[in-house]
Amino acid sequence: MSAMTRPNSFRTGPDDNGHFGIYGGRFVAETLMPLILEVEKAYNAAKDDPGFEADFRERLVNYVGRPNPLYYAEQLTKKLGGAKIYFKREELNHTGAHKINNCIGQILLARRMGKRRIIAETGAGQHGVATATVCALYNMPCTIYMGEVDIARQQPNVFRMRLLGAEVRSVTSGSKTLKDAMNEALRDWVSNVDDTYYLIGTAAGPHPYPTMVRDFQSVIGNEIREQMQAAEGRLPDSLVACVGGGSNAIGTFHPFLDDPSVALIGVEAAGHGIKTGLHAASLTGGRPGVLHGNRTYLLQDDDGQITEAHSISAGLDYPGIGPEHSWLYDQKRVEYVSITDTEALEAFQTCAKVEGIIPALESSHALAEIIKRAPTLPADHLMVLCLSGRGDKDIFTVAEHLGVTL
Amino acid sequence: MSAVSTQDRIARRFAALRDEGRAGLVTFITAGDPDHETSAALLAGLADSGADLIELGMPFTDPMADGPAIQASSLRALNNGARMTRTLDLVRGFRTRDADTPIILMGYYNPIYAYGVDRFLADAKAAGVDGLIVVDLPPEEDGELCLPALKAGVAFIRLATPTTDDARLPAVLANTSGFVYYVSIAGITGTASADNARVADAVARLKRHTALPVAVGFGIKTPVQAAEVARVADAAVVGSAIVTRIADNLDEDGTPRPGLVDDVMVFVRDLAAGVRGARV
Repeated sequence: MSAMTRPNSFRTGPDDNGHFGIYGGRFVAETLMPLILEVEKAYNAAKDDPGFEADFRERLVNYVGRPNPLYYAEQLTKKLGGAKIYFKREELNHTGAHKINNCIGQILLARRMGKRRIIAETGAGQHGVATATVCALYNMPCTIYMGEVDIARQQPNVFRMRLLGAEVRSVTSGSKTLKDAMNEALRDWVSNVDDTYYLIGTAAGPHPYPTMVRDFQSVIGNEIREQMQAAEGRLPDSLVACVGGGSNAIGTFHPFLDDPSVALIGVEAAGHGIKTGLHAASLTGGRPGVLHGNRTYLLQDDDGQITEAHSISAGLDYPGIGPEHSWLYDQKRVEYVSITDTEALEAFQTCAKVEGIIPALESSHALAEIIKRAPTLPADHLMVLCLSGRGDKDIFTVAEHLGVTL
Repeated sequence: MSAVSTQDRIARRFAALRDEGRAGLVTFITAGDPDHETSAALLAGLADSGADLIELGMPFTDPMADGPAIQASSLRALNNGARMTRTLDLVRGFRTRDADTPIILMGYYNPIYAYGVDRFLADAKAAGVDGLIVVDLPPEEDGELCLPALKAGVAFIRLATPTTDDARLPAVLANTSGFVYYVSIAGITGTASADNARVADAVARLKRHTALPVAVGFGIKTPVQAAEVARVADAAVVGSAIVTRIADNLDEDGTPRPGLVDDVMVFVRDLAAGVRGARV
């Protein structure tokens, strides 16, 4: 599919080899190829099995607590004096973020495949907690790889994972953050091919992961669609979500990709500012390359070496992005912008004071974009924030930045 | 450039090994590790010390299939200014002294993709590179580099692994040239070692599917292990153990100690003696 021709639908991808345009694919070592082909086959079979869908739905309702509300943020709307703002309350899910949606789907798949051990990578720890949670629920041993730097700044989540029975392995290679945790998880998988299932947390990695994670997370966008219909009798006008790897954003956007009236805005982490080079904005500040099994926009130097991402938010601190976002960026179907650490911190505090909700620093990036845009829009503009996670895990980081000792 | 195509250099070397009735030793070092000059000296010494083919690692920040030893070697090289053009400089320098020993560049796709595939193949070929091993390019992605490389006359050496079953093997071997690299364990470089009986079975299985030579690597750390593999395969590949020997000769601040190159060559000669004596 050429980048120059607008497709009839944005929702048909990927092709059989996992490509969204030139992005995606299966760039993995031969040792892993048979494994990811097995995952793909099992996932395709599961998708066609009404029993799998029923199990997934049942768990989302009774264990995760879905549907979560589409909440009219009246106080923030009044304060900003423009668009009518709704929050999709993913932070009210069990474990406090959208990550659990995908973990439920993948643990059910791993069980169908007869796998006996789960591994995962985590940045902020939200995916690690969600994975440890479903592993506790299904009594499966679980090893979580987490960068040493992230372990230091996300202590509450590290403790949570351990309480849930997971082994948290500190990753000291490379930049000691999410990308290195993913490298270590892949190394573990290569070394434990018989019994282990790799439960990837974001809509990236080799095919079929970007598609599978998107499908499980699309419950977010599908609920927004129904709930907005019930609340306002029509589609929203714009949806805003933060993008690291991009799982909450693709889950929010995908059901609306073919509704041209709905503006879709992905918010990357600008860290100290794009111009400083210290950021995590792969689309805004990177270019296409191949890492972690897929072609996508990456932060890299001119020699193709991956450069470190910088963000106050551990969950956005990744030098890549899911391949479908790269394609949607090239296609210009989704607008991608970036928000600095400082702007995200301000939005974090605003949300706490105005709405009584402490948002995750990741989600605060999306909220900061809404704070910028909403005042310029008319009162009948329906704007939805994907409030992807709650901010309890971030209070230590925020306190430190505000000069408060806890 | 000589009139002989580079791909022939690999074929000629394996033919010569067959005539000698022995297996070959393939040695791996990372280009630019610990620094460019030392790396050039190591490269220059390998063939004289008994390496029959040379794998030269293209450093990458995120070597997902490699264990700690090769990860560290990549970072040492990158911290000391390694980049693709310098890697090709090393090959070019080597070729001024050695027209016969095949050089295989080994690494990951992104640095090649960033360099530009066509430009990379032209420059690598001109520098005297004979083949490529790119870990994260399975046959499903052959259009990226494998097919252009074959067209450009650069061998594309595929990895076959314990997880590559009979159904998949033909696809893995289809566009493979030069030789087949059997990864003897499901794992990363420089960690576990395979049981030799299983390696022998695996090589025999590969031989039923291909006429290409079969080299075996991953987990071969000692001259004795190299000799065991040399009894059942066409070549034994040693990487992490050599790279570790390099690391053992660095000061705490990473400066190479005098005698680093000589000490590494002592080890390579021991490996070569093991391989050469294996079938006597």
